[in-house]
Amino acid sequence: MKQNYIRPLDLKRGRVDMSHGSGGRAMAQLIDELFAPLLGNDYLAQGNDGSVMPLPDGPGRLVMATDAHVVSPLFFPGGDIGCLSVHGTINDVAVMGAKPLYLSASFILEEGFALADLKRIVESMAAAAREAGVPVVTGDTKVVEQGKGDGVFISTTGVGWLPAGIELSGNRAAAGDAILVSGPIGDHGMAIMSQRESLAFESPIVSDTAALHGLVADLLASGVQVKVLRDPTRGGLGTTLNEIARQSGVGMMLQEARIPVQPAVAAACEFLGLDPLYCACEGRLIAIVAGADKDKALAALQAHPQGTGAAIVGSVHEDPHHFVQMTTGFGGKRIVDWLTGEQLPRIC
Amino acid sequence: MCLAIPAKIVELLPDDQARIDLGGVRKEVSLALVEDVAVGDYVIIHVGYALTKLDPEEAAKTLALFAELDDEARAAAMAQA
Amino acid sequence: MKYVDEYRDGELAQGLAAAIAKEARPDRRYHFMEFCGGHTHAISRYGVTDLLPANVRMIHGPGCPVCVLPIGRVDQAIRLALKHNVILCTYGDCLRVPASDGLSLLKAKARGADIRMVYSSADALKLAQENPEQQVVFFAIGFETTTPPTAVAIKQAKAMGLKNFSVLCCHVLTPSAISNILESPEVRKLGTVPLDGFIGPAHVSTIIGSRPYEFFAEEYRKPVVIAGFEPLDVMQAIRMLVRQVNEGRAEVENEFSRAVSREGNLKAQNLVAEVFELRRAFEWRGLHTVPYSALRIRGGFAEFDAEQRFGEDYVSVPDHKACECGAILRGVKRPQDCKLFGTVCTPENPVGSCMVSSEGACAAHYTYGRFRELPA
Repeated sequence: MKQNYIRPLDLKRGRVDMSHGSGGRAMAQLIDELFAPLLGNDYLAQGNDGSVMPLPDGPGRLVMATDAHVVSPLFFPGGDIGCLSVHGTINDVAVMGAKPLYLSASFILEEGFALADLKRIVESMAAAAREAGVPVVTGDTKVVEQGKGDGVFISTTGVGWLPAGIELSGNRAAAGDAILVSGPIGDHGMAIMSQRESLAFESPIVSDTAALHGLVADLLASGVQVKVLRDPTRGGLGTTLNEIARQSGVGMMLQEARIPVQPAVAAACEFLGLDPLYCACEGRLIAIVAGADKDKALAALQAHPQGTGAAIVGSVHEDPHHFVQMTTGFGGKRIVDWLTGEQLPRIC
Repeated sequence: MCLAIPAKIVELLPDDQARIDLGGVRKEVSLALVEDVAVGDYVIIHVGYALTKLDPEEAAKTLALFAELDDEARAAAMAQA
Repeated sequence: MKYVDEYRDGELAQGLAAAIAKEARPDRRYHFMEFCGGHTHAISRYGVTDLLPANVRMIHGPGCPVCVLPIGRVDQAIRLALKHNVILCTYGDCLRVPASDGLSLLKAKARGADIRMVYSSADALKLAQENPEQQVVFFAIGFETTTPPTAVAIKQAKAMGLKNFSVLCCHVLTPSAISNILESPEVRKLGTVPLDGFIGPAHVSTIIGSRPYEFFAEEYRKPVVIAGFEPLDVMQAIRMLVRQVNEGRAEVENEFSRAVSREGNLKAQNLVAEVFELRRAFEWRGLHTVPYSALRIRGGFAEFDAEQRFGEDYVSVPDHKACECGAILRGVKRPQDCKLFGTVCTPENPVGSCMVSSEGACAAHYTYGRFRELPA
């Protein structure tokens, strides 16, 4: 099956060019010498346009989730666009209560992109997929002209299996429920910020990007009545809670003193005038559970290596306005509103 | 307006610059607006410049003022809490 | 974070709240204006209002340089970027301010303008050094806190002999704004806007010192307490103001003594005086034209004046007819009194700049406090 190429890809100094996306020999070589060996699994080895996979036995339903990743910079403290794209989609499937099974990955490469960087990214994806036990079974590559892409964009889609009896949805939060987070917020957002040209600061902040399906499985197995699971990515905890409040038609009350934030993240936010509540997380979970189960839920999260920093941060109540309110550490109250566009550093 | 934050000088650098530390986050800032600054001093940083040195004695005095309550107010505060 | 966390302590807050409640006389109301947008933000973000007795109310002042920036100035910046193809460097705060023709700096960027957000004037200078074939313009806004950093950048540009760096100077002065409010008809006429005192800005005061406020205290018989940036500072300042009012005093007191002296930062003041001079008049959004309230670049540094280099003059543009930013900035109306508030004008779709900046009275109220207005 393997073709013989006149010259192997120069993975040290080579660059992506238009021929790598044109479906011909150059593209086949890119797949044979870069993608396939790194991501390698039986499904990809089939070499067809689509991959055939079995479904688990027993009653259940399919879950599918998709995400495009356009993060810049491509490499940041704690991760890169490769592992981020794997973790992100696995998490989207996992928060539905489903076991993530398979991933697809679609690459849009910019002409001129360094093959060495592409190799690094794909290696990172492969490692993330292997660690999570979720293979990339099919993929696609396109190349766009220089100037029309930001190096690389990656889109991943994941499918998972939702066993019968599990029902998680953003509209299931109800008065009396408890709100938990699985760890400190804002790490990813500030890790990215610290790399931005003209905002650069040195910090120990590292992205929290991680696949959370193991943590989710433990929580669901603990017997806790879980209503909603969601990962607070863009827009952070604040925006995600507002989404859920609106979907469920409820209000929420948070306790600022209970929301975990790493000191370096808090400090970086102070410099730039940002609010950690709206900084993205890529390895954290929001769990809304029946009030009576809150301590059990906390214990289940904390018992898992990805949930050691978990905390109960608030509760759900009736509210026709669907406000997410917060008692500040200072003693007063404020609302935690929807974020307006991206948070921008300010001087004022 | 004028978002500014106190940070500690951890290193003096050439060209009137310094490295400051706040909660583990470090940044290079300009000392062009201040004088007689030493490592260990706290300065107020605004848009990448130190505006003034922080006076630790006055800081402590201010904190003490916050806590200054007479007996009645203290009783009221205890009842509130 | 040292010198920060201690000033946010919830227990001390309870104590201060009790102290204020005790000192505030039940037979009168107290209205204080916090001039500085940073204080507005602190009050909203920490919910300080909940810790004050009902008869002590805060009025939000115009101390937000973004809020008082007239549309015409943003237009100037946009013109420089779109027409003259400069690299336009700006603080993040200005990016979303609505200007003419449905544009903002952010929207101009979408149209192809090279607009770069910077954290510091030093970054703009660096960009000019790194891009010698391109003109770089720094959009310099801000009160007296932010002016010295611009002065330093201009001096450094001169020392380096940079030919491609210039500044669009929109720096404004605090005392003029305070005067303007105190001179406004609504305040002068007794009973319309009862202003019993001011909380003076924190960081502006580190530069200008406490001395400039003595004039107001004397002339208008209103107490001024300069407060630090943290919520406990604000509460302590309110307590000190209540006390002054009760005792019939009208003095300048300095709560932010750990960073503010009477004289201020002379080195910074001298640097500013070297590079800038007073403009005879400057239009402020909402306060209209205020004499001797803003700065322009001095003759000796004229080559760094973007207005002169590119021949782009200021063109006044009226605000939206129904926009009440002007009245709100002067403390005469509240955000909820504006017909556009929360309906047409929201943080996503700001009509006036009080809604754009998170320090603006409207944005602060919308983002943090509007739950207080709605029926339970």
